[in-house]
Amino acid sequence: MELLQLAVGGLANGCIYGLVALGFVMIYKASEGVNFAQGDMMMLGAFVALGLGNGDHLGLPFVLAVPLAMAVMFCVGWGVERVVVRRIFGQPQFALVILTIAMGFVFRFVAGAVFGYTPLVMETPYGGQNLNLGGVVIGYADLIAIAVTIVLTVALWAFFAFTRIGLAAQAASQNQLAAYIVGVPVMRVNSLIWGLSGAVATVAGVLYASRGAIDPNIGLLGIKAFAAAVIGGLGSLPGALLGGLIVGLVEPIAGRYAPGEVAQMSPYILMLVVLLTRPSGLISQVQMKKV
Amino acid sequence: MSVLSVRNLEAFYGAIKALRGVSIDVEQGEIVAILGANGAGKTTLMKTIAGLMDPGKGSITFLGEEIAGVDPARLVARGISLVPEGREVFPYLTVEENLRLGAFTRKGGAQDDLDLVYGYFPILQERRRQAAGFLSGGQQQMLAIGRGLMARPKLMMLDEPSLGLSPLLTTEIFEIIARLNAEQGVTMLLVEQNAHIALETAHKGYVLEMGRIMMSGPTERLKASEDIQEFYLGRTEATERGQKRWKRRKTWR
Repeated sequence: MELLQLAVGGLANGCIYGLVALGFVMIYKASEGVNFAQGDMMMLGAFVALGLGNGDHLGLPFVLAVPLAMAVMFCVGWGVERVVVRRIFGQPQFALVILTIAMGFVFRFVAGAVFGYTPLVMETPYGGQNLNLGGVVIGYADLIAIAVTIVLTVALWAFFAFTRIGLAAQAASQNQLAAYIVGVPVMRVNSLIWGLSGAVATVAGVLYASRGAIDPNIGLLGIKAFAAAVIGGLGSLPGALLGGLIVGLVEPIAGRYAPGEVAQMSPYILMLVVLLTRPSGLISQVQMKKV
Repeated sequence: MSVLSVRNLEAFYGAIKALRGVSIDVEQGEIVAILGANGAGKTTLMKTIAGLMDPGKGSITFLGEEIAGVDPARLVARGISLVPEGREVFPYLTVEENLRLGAFTRKGGAQDDLDLVYGYFPILQERRRQAAGFLSGGQQQMLAIGRGLMARPKLMMLDEPSLGLSPLLTTEIFEIIARLNAEQGVTMLLVEQNAHIALETAHKGYVLEMGRIMMSGPTERLKASEDIQEFYLGRTEATERGQKRWKRRKTWR
């Protein structure tokens, strides 16, 4: 019973890691670099939603505030690609890494300057309500986190599998040169992917915020989500989600049954183990080029 | 009016000049072959025409319009399609998705074109649900050519279609290239190391060396040239002493 209780909470947490990890992977595939500001984009998304929705700020209804926040963060992601990332196209990979780390700091300070550093609680219609299922108490926030993650994953999958632009995005990530050759506007597709990952990060942020208070430093969760993406196999969307779920599940269980600080370290221990045993991650895309 | 006319084209990799003033012409309905050794600048020339590299100097005119420095996506829409060196298919997409991406710049249905491509390459139809990465080298080359056709090109540029293929497959691919030209009227610009088959297939040829055009003309004339025979077709000339003469000089240097 106790294990089940831990698992539900862990699963909900894992969904949030998974969504942030999805953002990592999408950008990794589009720009061939890691966006270390992904966690901070999640944080910023949560704060934008809070700023739009909370009574002491703009006070829009929740169902309006969240899509609006997603739209705003879509534009932020798009703009970051358009204005900054495109400039360093063709530079070594670490240029993008350093750039995004710096961008993460900027996001953190902007959020801190606007909203302050004391933890804030987002007002949601389902906050603090629980469902009691024969001894297992499940928060609505947890259930919604899981449900929204499923819906969003299916929607993203359908977008990449069935739409013309989605197919073009897949093409651009698999073979950029060939994408140029068939006439895919690779740069514009990349901007779109950055925008999408901004919107996905916002959803993750709202889900996070509805399960607890937020402050500008929650973006550091991105490091854990990055570990999740690596565990799943950087470059694979289902892998990212799987990695997120695994990390989310292992953490509370390690916290309950293992001594002291192991819970804190567990995602990274897991990452080390995966990297040592399956260097390309649990679900990897291995490609062999024929000549 | 010629389909493509390149004048005094120069292109650079950093400080290294890969093309040193290249001029070529491609007329409607022709197959034009560009011969040359490794590092002669053939692929650079193709990439520059397709818009993947910026030209340093010179002009590229396509159907009477200047296209130097135009975005590659625009060029595909205008009717230039490149079949790149080394195939470059999308490995995790299916054969059919690969082909449909070839028609990306055209709005609307591509079923007719799919049928056309499958008509020329029946093996692709058999494997249309398979990931392109699992095709053999020859099938990938057919897929790359098919993908190029899907854009309904006015000029098709083929960069080393024989790369890594067996002699038998090379012959097959070139037969199809010749058929596409004869039956569909596709104008083609062809880069090839296998001079034999390129000169058999093409109507006109250019010899590119060290980034310069060294020789040009109808393929019959090129085939008859002593230098081409010696250095590109590998004919060995028996001398009085019954062995190949050492170090013959090219007369065009």
